[in-house]
Amino acid sequence: MPFIPHTQEDVQTMLASIGANSIDNLFDEIPPALKSGGLKGVPPGLSEMEISRLMLERAETDGRYLNFIGAGAYEHHIPAAVWQIATRGEFYSSYTPYQAEASQGTLQLLYEYQTIMASLTGMDVSNASMYDGASALAEAALMAVRSHKSSRRILIPSTVHPVYRSVVRAIVRNQGIDVVELPYCKASGQTLAEALDEFGKEEFAALVIPQPNFFGVLEEVDTLTDWAHSKNALAIGVVNPMALAILTPPGEWGEKGADVAVGEGQPLGIPLSSGGPYFGFMACKQALVRQMPGRIIGRTTDQDGRSGFVLTLQAREQHIRRSKATSNICTNQGLMVTAATIYLALMGPEGLRRTAAQSHANTLSLLEKLETLKGVKRLFNGSLFHEIVVSLPAPAGEIMHALESRGILGGLDLEGYYPELGHAMLVCATETKTSEDLDKYAGQLRGVLENS
Amino acid sequence: MLIFEHSRPGRRNYSQSPAAAEIVGIPQNLMRKVPPLLPEVSEMDAVRHYTRLSQKNFSIDTQFYPLGSCTMKYNPRACNSLAMLPQFLARHPRAPESTGQGFLACMYELQEILKDVTGMAGVCLTPMAGAQGELIGIAMIRAYHESRGDSARTEIIVPDAAHGTNPATAVMCGYKVVEIATDKEGDVDMEALKAAVGPQTAGLMLTNPSTLGVFEKNVAEMSKLVHEAGGLLYYDGANLNAILGKVKPGDMGFDVIHINLHKTFSTPHGGGGPGSAPVGVAPRLLPFMPVPVVGSDNGMYRWLTEKDIPQTIGRLSAHMGNAGVLLRAYVYVRLLGAEGMHRVAEFAALNANYLMAEMSKAGFEIAYPTRRASHEFIVTLKELKEKTGITAMNVAKRLLDKGYHAPTIYFPLLVPECMLIEPAETESRETLDAFVAAMKEIMEEAHNQPELVKNAPHTTPVRRLDDVKAARELDLTWKQV
Ligand SMILES: Cc1ncc(COP(=O)(O)O)c(C=O)c1O
Repeated sequence: MPFIPHTQEDVQTMLASIGANSIDNLFDEIPPALKSGGLKGVPPGLSEMEISRLMLERAETDGRYLNFIGAGAYEHHIPAAVWQIATRGEFYSSYTPYQAEASQGTLQLLYEYQTIMASLTGMDVSNASMYDGASALAEAALMAVRSHKSSRRILIPSTVHPVYRSVVRAIVRNQGIDVVELPYCKASGQTLAEALDEFGKEEFAALVIPQPNFFGVLEEVDTLTDWAHSKNALAIGVVNPMALAILTPPGEWGEKGADVAVGEGQPLGIPLSSGGPYFGFMACKQALVRQMPGRIIGRTTDQDGRSGFVLTLQAREQHIRRSKATSNICTNQGLMVTAATIYLALMGPEGLRRTAAQSHANTLSLLEKLETLKGVKRLFNGSLFHEIVVSLPAPAGEIMHALESRGILGGLDLEGYYPELGHAMLVCATETKTSEDLDKYAGQLRGVLENS
Repeated sequence: MLIFEHSRPGRRNYSQSPAAAEIVGIPQNLMRKVPPLLPEVSEMDAVRHYTRLSQKNFSIDTQFYPLGSCTMKYNPRACNSLAMLPQFLARHPRAPESTGQGFLACMYELQEILKDVTGMAGVCLTPMAGAQGELIGIAMIRAYHESRGDSARTEIIVPDAAHGTNPATAVMCGYKVVEIATDKEGDVDMEALKAAVGPQTAGLMLTNPSTLGVFEKNVAEMSKLVHEAGGLLYYDGANLNAILGKVKPGDMGFDVIHINLHKTFSTPHGGGGPGSAPVGVAPRLLPFMPVPVVGSDNGMYRWLTEKDIPQTIGRLSAHMGNAGVLLRAYVYVRLLGAEGMHRVAEFAALNANYLMAEMSKAGFEIAYPTRRASHEFIVTLKELKEKTGITAMNVAKRLLDKGYHAPTIYFPLLVPECMLIEPAETESRETLDAFVAAMKEIMEEAHNQPELVKNAPHTTPVRRLDDVKAARELDLTWKQV
């Protein structure tokens, strides 16, 4: 019996203590009519050896590709120590730190995480994680509506990740909140101040500001932040944490700084893993801390005056406030944040900066090589971080497919998301790519284009 | 010591960072001026620091962890190592389906297995925790009523014993919460339910077995009542472990459910997540399922999207939820197989009922003594508090000294000085006996050396922490002095 330690003798002794004749007896309060006929769709159990064989075969089926897709999930080097420590049983198999004295490891680590994230984003405080970047943005929108007295509308540029926009809509829809989208500039790929002017007379709870945006382009964050504040709306930055090693943090945008910063934490030591588990981060100005959803860790002292850590400001949360909570979130992405904190400690400020800078440089270098090919060119002239939209002489989907058979995942086909861009793809070359990799990509793309 | 206090300016890990590259074309106003506060430590410093921190945690791998409602069972190591095979880790979420047939096969089979186990017509794997499963489920209930032009339904009924995520979710979906009482036996008060149900009812959220550790005997009648009034039934599957393979939520009449894989399916809770909470739906909610869902066309697996499910309530995560957690659950269900699944419920029930019987014999007051325990049960320390002033909190802290993680305390709120105790099926009889002995010792201490219990814990890395101070003098980030 997998994972069940009981011997026959145990079972008999235990049933005798209970005063039951059989284990079946223990289910005698369940109306017989409800009892199920069995599990026909569940195959018989496998041994560990058998399941290992199966999983290895399936992993091998999937193989490995030279990957140039980004679009919200980025391939970075992860130091070996990160996951070796994060999967120690004491981190891996503990629950949410409800008993603080028995969870100081997790709690202190989360306090260190909050400190780093607040500094990285230029904010005062950070929570202990959200599910992912997209749902964190939705929660930030709800937070803005809660703190705004009169407006239930959120302005989102169409340069925000298309799936993030869908997620925001799906999550806020039932609370009567409107999501209004802003067009982007066809030349620069940015959200322009002119696009905002159209909304000059209307009231909004928040303006969302992506940095970099989905196209990899850097937005004029100072102008956008100041516009939001001039309209009495909150400025919500949705940022790539890796980029913040070199870019101005949201807390320093414009005159007063953005009010909330959220994003996808995956670039910080989390493997791509088909999309999850990752973690969302959320940081904000002190004035908004009581509107923040999710767990927050605070430092305090024990009976003997020693420093220690606890879950704090719990009066915002569902287990205390129930229907009046700031969010329904309970379980978050603790282990992912554990890994991210170890990652950040191993990289240090210089390691993180170099990783960001090298990713930026590799993408520019890739662009240079790709632009030597006929019909391949950069679409937007705005400055960029480590991703770029490239237009192609044939449908991107077909080209990606041909590259795949050559062992390369060339980028994300944008035609479904932004049909107005024509044949276009979004590419990313992080620090994991060598100049040989970039040459290989350019060479294979040339081959594909020549054959088509 | 904090990691920042180990930091020395200029200390670096040369093997962990690329050569310094030039940044080109980024305007000055967009460039960071002051480096972020990241520690500057050696690789060994970091490894030691975080290894030492880990040692300050209680966990399943090191302690008995009878945290009620959380199903803290052994997390098989094979689930972890097989989910972390290099090809699985390296797979980009936007990589074409043709490059992920192995991964998608696991997801598809997991969906099918969960359909059978829950008796539902469709399953979507993407919700990232129980609370998100609830949000999706209630959003589907809403979409269903709206699609029928039935806009007068403004209320969700929630029993008072429900987890806090239930009422919080209903509000996030734009509903008013109507709370109903529990009767003396621990079941939902049927009279209260009858009074609450009406044409304004959108649905009822129910946890069964409930958070009071008992099976709601009247579930069929409740289902009839709500359905006759035009409402739908939501199943909070946090306690599915107690009835796995015995009763299917679909057979109990539920229209939409979530199951916490980080409970019943043994995926690790990681000090607060990641969770994963697939939702299952009855046929009438199939058109509203969230996307993506895994489909199969002639043996080729692919994601079903908005195109396939045009009335979908949409997407709730940037990709497909917590894929790696789902892989762990897949390995777990394959290791168990059908037989192993039946045994989960059987031995969870055996352990809970045995522990309840032994605790009762040892003199502890059981909150619902006439009932079978599901996979958990409640002890109330009301009398102890009256006699000695010792609270459930004090006993919980003293348990830590004895090497046990405390049960869930003060939840559900309606039982005074309550301890919700859940010994999962993976614990041995000796462990349960030793736990009872520890509880007995604490009881004696409470009478003979009350200060010892009141001032517990004594052996943990820190002693009783000041929560009030933490909330009053907020210190949420470290600052250089
Ligand atoms: C009964 C019950 N419902 C819902 C939840 C919420 O699940 P999660 O923490 O995965 O969001 C929990 C777990 O904490 C629970 O015990």
